[in-house]
Amino acid sequence: MMDGTILKVRDLKTHFQTDRGVVKAVDGVDFDVRTGETFGIVGESGSGKTLTALSILKLVAPPGRIVSGSVVFKSEDLLLLDAERLRKIRGSKISMVFQEPASAFNPVFTIGYQIIEAVMAHQAVKMSKARDLAMEFLKRARIADPAKAYHDYPHQLSGGAKQRAMIAMALVNSPELLILDEPTTALDVTIQSQILDLLDEIRERERLSTLFISHDFGVIARMCDRVAVMRKGLIVESGDKAQILNDPKEEYTVSLLESVKALA
Amino acid sequence: MMAELIRNRMAASALAFIILMLVFAAFAPAIAPYNPTEIDTKNILTAPSKAHIFGTDTLGRDIFSRIVYGSRISLSIGFIAVGIAVLIGIFFGSVAGYYGGRIDSIMMRFVDIMLCFPTFFLILAVIAVLEPSIFNIMVVIGATGWMGVARLIRAEILTLKEREYVMASKVMGARPAWMIVRHLIPNAIGPVLVSATLGVGGAILVESALSFLGIGVQPPTPSWGNMLMDGKSTLGVAWWHTVFPGLFILFTVLAYNLLGEALRDFLEPRLRR
Repeated sequence: MMDGTILKVRDLKTHFQTDRGVVKAVDGVDFDVRTGETFGIVGESGSGKTLTALSILKLVAPPGRIVSGSVVFKSEDLLLLDAERLRKIRGSKISMVFQEPASAFNPVFTIGYQIIEAVMAHQAVKMSKARDLAMEFLKRARIADPAKAYHDYPHQLSGGAKQRAMIAMALVNSPELLILDEPTTALDVTIQSQILDLLDEIRERERLSTLFISHDFGVIARMCDRVAVMRKGLIVESGDKAQILNDPKEEYTVSLLESVKALA
Repeated sequence: MMAELIRNRMAASALAFIILMLVFAAFAPAIAPYNPTEIDTKNILTAPSKAHIFGTDTLGRDIFSRIVYGSRISLSIGFIAVGIAVLIGIFFGSVAGYYGGRIDSIMMRFVDIMLCFPTFFLILAVIAVLEPSIFNIMVVIGATGWMGVARLIRAEILTLKEREYVMASKVMGARPAWMIVRHLIPNAIGPVLVSATLGVGGAILVESALSFLGIGVQPPTPSWGNMLMDGKSTLGVAWWHTVFPGLFILFTVLAYNLLGEALRDFLEPRLRR
């Protein structure tokens, strides 16, 4: 299980062409996510973490542009695929959970409908089967009263419940790689730890490979096997969690860790 | 408080009038006391009375019956022309807004070009070349009235497509057409609904104007516009011949405008004064 590499990112550069020059938001990032592991990217706001994740799925909106690099998922370079092949991978092989559960659902449709939509985008199944799948994954996400949540509109759910529904939606097509972009940042601390428990449980059960993005060293330390520290579009240091936490080589990592300690 | 009540009451009366017109159109044969095209030479230009509540015209036809049947023309032209305009506008606006970039530039420049034409004269010219039939009128009004809708939809979609749920939907692998139809258009439809409601009134006016000029709905089919034209020559002796159709045009257009305003207040409460 732990031998292969599911995602290999090499020299990834995403730049923004603006009136005041080029902003190098992601500027030559290399990392691997091994099959079955949780790989963490940690860094301050604006360091390019989220953009790295979006670049992997080739979802950078103009004026942003992926200028170079390769993102090899299993054996395919995602950046070379045509739009339709890429669409088929998004949400089925690779799926993503966003930071803000409140805005990641369309306000005019029910939760259940939106999960069904995710199923129907990838699986040629009957409506009733899709509905069963949606219910099944809402249950697996340990949402309180899944039958009610299914029929609820996003605004009727609490932030934590919405994030559980988001996780259910991300998992409904049984992805092989799950990208979690600050999945607990918008939630308060108690809910945060419940969601992390849930993610732990799912990762164990589904043997998922996970790319976990956070600015929070505490969360990263709890969830990840290996960690990369990102700053200004570059990975300044990466390695096993224990090594990064106990024996950081780079000054920036040291100061980042100290800032967490100072708060605690 | 008081002002709002009056506004609501006005909107309610507007809606009631529109429903009345829909009933007129739907059940015209049952409501109209006479055949609208039946000529009665013994009763030419009779003033409103019990037998003919709105009087008769130069051929002795019952004005009320003609108004009732005329509502069919006005409403079908209003709805279908606006329907065509809304469909074209939504298609144009959503594609331009969603894809952006060069596609957007080209499509919106085309909209600008379309907006340069003096619409009414374009309609006049087209109808003069083609046959003046109801079908042609609907198509031409629709085909020259979609640019506002396209701009509204595009503007909405430009902001909506930056929303995180649209990104989430892309991440989940939604197809672009699906995304536009299911996620963007429903969230952008509010202003279009307002504009369409106002547009129905506008389309009815254009139809009346065309019919008044004689290149709209052709006699003997009654429309409010051609009744006005028939009546203008006898305006001095038979006021009812023009006043009643004119009032129906006035009230119908007013009703759609009021309803549109009320819809705007309802859908966009932030704009409320």
